[in-house]
Order: sequence, then structure tokens, then C-alpha cells
Amino acid sequence: MTQLIAIAGLSVAFSGVPVLRGVDLALQKGEALGLVGESGSGKSVTWLAALGLLPRHAQVAGSVRLDGREILGAPSAELDHVRGGRIAMIFQDPASALNPVLTIRKQLCEALALHRDLSGEAVKAEARRLLDLVGIPDAARRLSAYPHEFSGGQVQRVMIAMALAGNPDLLIADEPTTALDATIQAQILELLSLVRREMGMAMVLISHDLGVVAENCDRVAVMYAGRIVEAAPSNQLFADPVHPYAQGLIGALPPLDGPRRRLTAIPGTVPDPAHMPSGCAYAPRCALAGESCGLAAPTLAPIADDRSVACVRAEASRRAVLGMAAE
Amino acid sequence: MRPPLVEVSAISRSYAMRSGMFGRAMAVHAVDGVSLTIAKGETLGLVGESGSGKSTTGRIVLGLEPPDSGDVRFEGRPMAAPGTAAWRAQRARMQMIFQDPLGALDRRLPVAVQIREPLDIHGLGTPAEREDRVRELLRAVELTPAHGARYPGALSGGQRQRVVLARALATKPDFLVCDEPVSALDVSIQAQVVNLLCDLQAQLSLTLLFISHDLRVVRQISNVVAVMYLGRIVEIGSADDLFARPEHPYTQALVSASPAPGRRSAGRIVLSGDPPNPAARPNGCAFHPRCPRAVPRCASEVPALLAVGGNRQVACHLVTGAETRDAA
Repeated sequence: MTQLIAIAGLSVAFSGVPVLRGVDLALQKGEALGLVGESGSGKSVTWLAALGLLPRHAQVAGSVRLDGREILGAPSAELDHVRGGRIAMIFQDPASALNPVLTIRKQLCEALALHRDLSGEAVKAEARRLLDLVGIPDAARRLSAYPHEFSGGQVQRVMIAMALAGNPDLLIADEPTTALDATIQAQILELLSLVRREMGMAMVLISHDLGVVAENCDRVAVMYAGRIVEAAPSNQLFADPVHPYAQGLIGALPPLDGPRRRLTAIPGTVPDPAHMPSGCAYAPRCALAGESCGLAAPTLAPIADDRSVACVRAEASRRAVLGMAAE
Repeated sequence: MRPPLVEVSAISRSYAMRSGMFGRAMAVHAVDGVSLTIAKGETLGLVGESGSGKSTTGRIVLGLEPPDSGDVRFEGRPMAAPGTAAWRAQRARMQMIFQDPLGALDRRLPVAVQIREPLDIHGLGTPAEREDRVRELLRAVELTPAHGARYPGALSGGQRQRVVLARALATKPDFLVCDEPVSALDVSIQAQVVNLLCDLQAQLSLTLLFISHDLRVVRQISNVVAVMYLGRIVEIGSADDLFARPEHPYTQALVSASPAPGRRSAGRIVLSGDPPNPAARPNGCAFHPRCPRAVPRCASEVPALLAVGGNRQVACHLVTGAETRDAA
């Protein structure tokens, strides 16, 4: 597999308050990566910053390379080609991402005209094909409908069609199903995996729902307070989480079958970005925290093939386990 | 079997809705013939998607809204008429918690004052006793007196929901209706509040009606779970085995749609069609247009909620006691 996008040392601050504190993330072509974490952990900001979508007063530093080319701080002409063309994004609230006074056809054709060399009838035919692809029944007629004539799940389908208009290599789906009911969520997730397979597209699925990410992604990165604390293949992360925060998140999820147990809640709350604890940001809530945790922020270090963790304690315990196995 | 605290029999509620400016007014059946019994000290979980009528059921049970037909009995007695002294006394014993704690709190008052308010309204205790009670309540929801002096804006989401819980508990209610109380909270904070609710229920022997779309949270906290679809209960049974062995095709789809770490999406039942619209309720079984197993009878005849063995009741023509036992 070849690398599609590589983010290195990405940091973002809003009026001097750091919200993203050095994120390293790479994505292969065609890969599905899940990004989980609680609100304010920087999941969305990572991608908004990477695509140059943050307001001007945000201070962004680091590097974002798409196919080896730096896109962070690239001229807007180049970014216009990347956004929507190479990388498309869908959001939690699809209704507010569409223009309520324009028909779906107008909005789809606009996206197609921007990113594809199509004109006239070809644009309309392609708009219809996209609407068909995302499973809107009676696509030809529905093209002339306005956003309010669609249900919540259907509007998200329309948004996905618009995102696919530029034939992107990467789709960033930011909480795409959070506002939807369970049975509709299942439909949208299935649609996403279908179009991903058909178009060989890579995807970043941003979600606070561990289950959604586990089922739909090859690899998962867990974020906490503006940093990635653990990255691993999804089956390994859920079977054997290493970072105490990842362990906490999984323990806090009530089981749907088997015996009921008391939930292992993580004590305390997420730290205020303006008053970050020194050292590991999770240390104040961590049951395993030792003296060394307060000294320096741990870096994301590999612990096995394709697995890395940013935790002083986990590294030590892991090294002991691996060392014994090697001997 | 513990004695019932709340008995709901065949409540219905419809609203008039107009489609467009000149459209004909039509009735939207939000709740249609719902019967429930909640035993003292137990938790009944109510799950369903948006528009299924779970919140309306909660509001009717609390007497915030009158049912069009059917009745609600509290400790075997019918609910008093709204606005009367008897109603106020009864209401002090039943409280409600909503999803959005910031919307439920006054941003311009310190939270301790807001926790005290129900005591003032219902005239419980002397002023000194009320102060003590507020401190006790803050401790019960694991907050400090320092938190009490703060304004809602200076608290986190989880802390605000604790304040709402403390205020709801101020009058020592017997019955608490929780409408999506943890849906707006992050997973780790959600677990804190769920644990707290479980503890408080055990300590105070509270009876809960717990409304949520989240099957996991409902299972964690409930003794009995009822599944609603378009205003009706389609399945009800004990929390431990309802989600392990769902009988109704809708419950099966709902369980299957609930993502679980460590399970890939293979074999998931994905329902076709849109979410149900309460204004255009299908004839017969309301679920039949989306049901993968529907037969012609489902389109014409409304299935009744019938016992199928154990303490399970299912409203589906295709699920009968005999069949289920054979299959099992």
C-alpha cells in the first residue's frame, strides 16, 4: 500500500490556547481510519486544520503531506483543488450543510462543475447517477426537490453524493450518523462502506461512538486533550487496549449482552485547554499514574507492529511482556 | 413480585397537525394504547427511535400532559386534577430529568439556590433545614459545597446533570422519569452518571422510568425494558434477556444496528425505508413496510401485545408463544 496523507506534528492554538498539541497520523490509500475521543479532544480540529478550514486567527503549525506534497499553508488555488477534489468532508448536521433555497440538482451540479470536466447533459446524468448510487429512490425526480423535502437519513445520503462528486481519494466523515436514529445509522454506515469499496476511497471516520468505529474501520486512533494517545488495528485496540484512557473508554461502555457489571467510569473531567496539567494530560484522571507521568508528556512510541501508545507506564509494562516473550 | 407504584393503562394521545398552510388538519397519534406497570423500586426502560412516543409517554405518566383516553394510577390511586393541592403534593413525589441540563438550569442563579428551590416551593423544612438538605444533596451526587456556589456555566456537562439530579431528589421523590439523561454526555462522563443513578436508586429505593434511544445504557440500568415503535409497545421483557434474544423483528433490527466493538458488520440486519412518520401511520402493524418478514396479514390487522412465555410480551403476528418455544 502507498501512503496517501501524512500529518506530522500538527498543532493548533486559538488565541494562544493550544487545542491540538502535536498530532502525527498517516493514512494509506483505501484505508479506513477511525478517530475516537471525547468532545474537545481535537478530532475534528485535526482535519479542519489539515484542510485549511480553520478561521484566520487560529495558529496552525506542523506538516500535512498529500501524496508527498505539503498542503498546509498552500495557496488557496491549490487548496481549492484538494478540498472537494482529493479530500471531501461530510458533517454531523447535513441539513445545515445544504442550501435550503436551491434544489438538490443545482447543488450537486455545482460540485460536479467545480471538480470534474463535465458540461451540459453529462453533468445532469452524473448527478442522477450519484443520487442513485447513494440509494435515493426515484433519483431522476428527486433531483428537483429541495433539502427540506428529504428525511434526515436521506439528507445525509445527499451529502455523501455531493462529497463523492469530485471522486475524492479520501472522505472525512465527521460524526456522520450522530444525529440519526439507530436503524438509519446502520443504513448510512453500510452505504459508506459500500461506496468506499466501489470507489477504492480512503476514509477517516470521526466518532465518539467506539462501536461505530470498531465495526467500520481497519485502524483506530484514540485522541485525548489534543494528542493521539493510542493507535492500533481496531480488533487489537478493542481486545487489548494499552493506554489507560483507551482502557477507560472501553470499560465505560455498557455491554449489550452477558452479565451486567458496574461500569468503570473514568473519574474527573477532561482538562481545560487553557490549564493543561504538565506532563501527561491524562495523569490526573489515571489510576496507574506515577510520579514520572507529571514530568514530561509521553510521546507516541511503537510497541508492536502497527501499534503505538503514548504512555510512560504502558511502555514499561509492555516492554516487560515483550522482553519475556523474546527470551 | 413487588407491588406496582405506577400503573399506566391504555393511554393514548394525539396532536392535531396541519400539512402546509392550507392543508387539512390531521391527527398525529403520538401514543396509542400504551399500558405499563412499574413495580416499586424497579426501573422500566423505554427505548425507541425519535417519534416513537417515548417522551410523550413519560410526560403523560408524570401528569405534565393529560391523555386523550386511558389513565395513570400512582400507588393505586388515579392522578389528581392538575393545579389542585392534591396534585401538587403528588407531584413533589414524582420528578423529571431531561437530556439537556443547561436548558433545565437557570444560568443566572448559583446551582445551590436552584437545588433549594423545590424545597421552598413545596414548603419543606425550616430555612436552616433546607440549607442542610442542599449540602446533603450535593454530597449525594458527589459534588462539593464549592460547586454549589457556582453558576451552571462554570460547571461541566456531567456536573450540570448531577445538579439537575440533586434538584430532582430534593423533595425525596418516589418516582423519577429520566428522559435521555445521559445522551448529551461523553462516554466516560456518561458512565459516571449511570453509576450514580444506579447507586442512588439502590440507596433511596427509587422507582425509575428511564427513556433512552441507547440500548446499552437502558439495559445497564433497567429491570424491565419496553420497546416502542410509532406510539405502541412492540415488545416488553426483562432487561437481561430482551436484547440477548429479541423476538420482535423491530427489536431484532434495533439490537443488530447497535454497533459493538469486536464485531464486524457482517450479518447485520439493515432495515430499508425511512424512519417512521407518526403523521402517516401505516395500517395494520405499523412496522410492516420496513419488516423483512412481513406477510399480507401484517398490512391489515394490528397485532396485539401478547405474552409469549417467560415474562415476555410481543406484538407481532409472526411471534407466538408456541412457535417461539419450538424455535428455542
